[in-house]
Amino acid sequence: MIYPLPKTDEPAPAIALRGVSKHYGAIHAVDQVSLSVRPGELLGLIGHNGAGKSTLFKMMLGLIPPSAGELHVAGASVRGRSFRAARRQVGYLPENLVLYDNLSGLETLRFFARLKGASEAGCAPLLERVGLSAAGDRPVRDYSKGMRQRLGFAQALLGAPRVLFLDEPSNGLDPAAIRDFYAELQRLRAAGVTIVISSHILAELQQRVDRLAIMNGGRLQAEGTVAELRERLDLPLTLALRTEPRARAALRQRLAALPGLRVEEQGDEDLTLQCPRALKMAVLAALQPLGAGLLDLEIQEPSLEQVYFGLGRAA
Amino acid sequence: MTIEWRQIATLAGKEFRERMRNRWVLAVALVFTVFSLVIGYFGGAQQGQLGPRSIEFVIASLVSLVIYLVPLIALLLGFDAIVGERERGSLDLLLALPITRLELLLGKYLGLAAALLLSTLAGFALMAALLTRQFGWAGLGRFLGFVLSAGLLGLAFLSLALLVSAVSRERTRASGLAIALWFGFVLVFDLLMLGLLVASGGEAGGPALAYLLLLNPADVFRILNVFSLEQLRSLDGLASIVPPALANPWLMGTAMLAWIAAPLGLAYWRFRS
Repeated sequence: MIYPLPKTDEPAPAIALRGVSKHYGAIHAVDQVSLSVRPGELLGLIGHNGAGKSTLFKMMLGLIPPSAGELHVAGASVRGRSFRAARRQVGYLPENLVLYDNLSGLETLRFFARLKGASEAGCAPLLERVGLSAAGDRPVRDYSKGMRQRLGFAQALLGAPRVLFLDEPSNGLDPAAIRDFYAELQRLRAAGVTIVISSHILAELQQRVDRLAIMNGGRLQAEGTVAELRERLDLPLTLALRTEPRARAALRQRLAALPGLRVEEQGDEDLTLQCPRALKMAVLAALQPLGAGLLDLEIQEPSLEQVYFGLGRAA
Repeated sequence: MTIEWRQIATLAGKEFRERMRNRWVLAVALVFTVFSLVIGYFGGAQQGQLGPRSIEFVIASLVSLVIYLVPLIALLLGFDAIVGERERGSLDLLLALPITRLELLLGKYLGLAAALLLSTLAGFALMAALLTRQFGWAGLGRFLGFVLSAGLLGLAFLSLALLVSAVSRERTRASGLAIALWFGFVLVFDLLMLGLLVASGGEAGGPALAYLLLLNPADVFRILNVFSLEQLRSLDGLASIVPPALANPWLMGTAMLAWIAAPLGLAYWRFRS
């Protein structure tokens, strides 16, 4: 029997999970999850409530011990003797975090910096980086939801962590702030920071993560790039067409020759086709003879929502 | 796992600073100041006299005030410590930092304890100054002993408050539990003891019954203070059932320290898992 040699050119994973499970009595909150995240990778963690996302987060952070399996973050175990060193490499933004009302933004950061062994001098520049430098001396009581979330993000960046865990980080941010936030994530990623992000706003993750891990019922149901997941599921493409009304009859005739299409007509001009991936070229070929009768054509890839719900159905 | 005192100091410093910032320390100090002055000054009014009659009488009057007020204040100060962070979502964040659960618990306790002790000391400072002027330095020593024991009583109930906070899943439940503890220790316990005494015809319990008083830090505090005042033993209802063995301040001091250490230890045991 031949065993594959380990690839030596691949860097050690920033996060490595092997057969990780968490059982509460008969309930398997997380069941046999194996996952590996490369340094500098941006991984999106998706799942319904109760899918095991937050339990997995807590285990990766060392907050709760796994019932079984091995778990390494930034090359070290987050529990046991080395936990302090490991946790200095990790930044965390919990979901729905509420910080201390009576402290100012700067005091809050200094408090966490001291606990983390990070430089207190770095706190003011960090506030500026998240756009809070003007509010640094105001008590957190006076902060808006978005400002609090930014302060929480600044907190996660203290001590230049190598791995970031962000739980629903864009909660409470307005669209402009969300854009800034992801721009900052791209900069961090370019600097080699590994990021795990969970969000229920799937459209938001779709364009921004390198890879997705989809959890369902405590299991890792699928993982891969958005393109890989789409292909694996073979979700139909959507073709939106606009035709001259007089070309409609010819179009109907041609499409009828192709099995597996679902056609929906909207008025005289517009119609949409649900088209299996394999039929894409055949459909395009069938449309070609329409010539000027075809006014517009748009091919829509299935969205991440469809990928997500497609997998949810498969379960 | 080793303990890093620097982390504990940081956590404690934050708790203390927050109580200073929201004027909690100031408010409690003012409450103590006003009550102690009123009780000290008008405490002898029934005997047709204004102003403190003797240091013993002032302390005896203040003991009741402290037994009602200090446990309540300490419980209200501490019940939120752990469960509040849990509800805010900041507990997970703290626990994901390079600190241990023991450091977190001790840091919280010490920071809150500092706020409680400072407000107690400040609250009795004016009374101490007045008593010193009237009765001299010997009186001050007596009074400081009383303030110290009041501080220990506060620490014991703060320890209970952290236990409540560590075992509760919700803030509302923790506050209910804290109030129940106050009722139990401050109001119900002594009634039960008296009932037991009456039911046994004043005989059966004997010294064994008296030792049950060690199960209540508020009673430990009462005995600690009342028994140091020789001529006052007869004034307090409990004095009649308390055997002289309990008049040993070392025994009572140890009991008080146990009441500080045990709930905190239990809180850690629950919080760890």
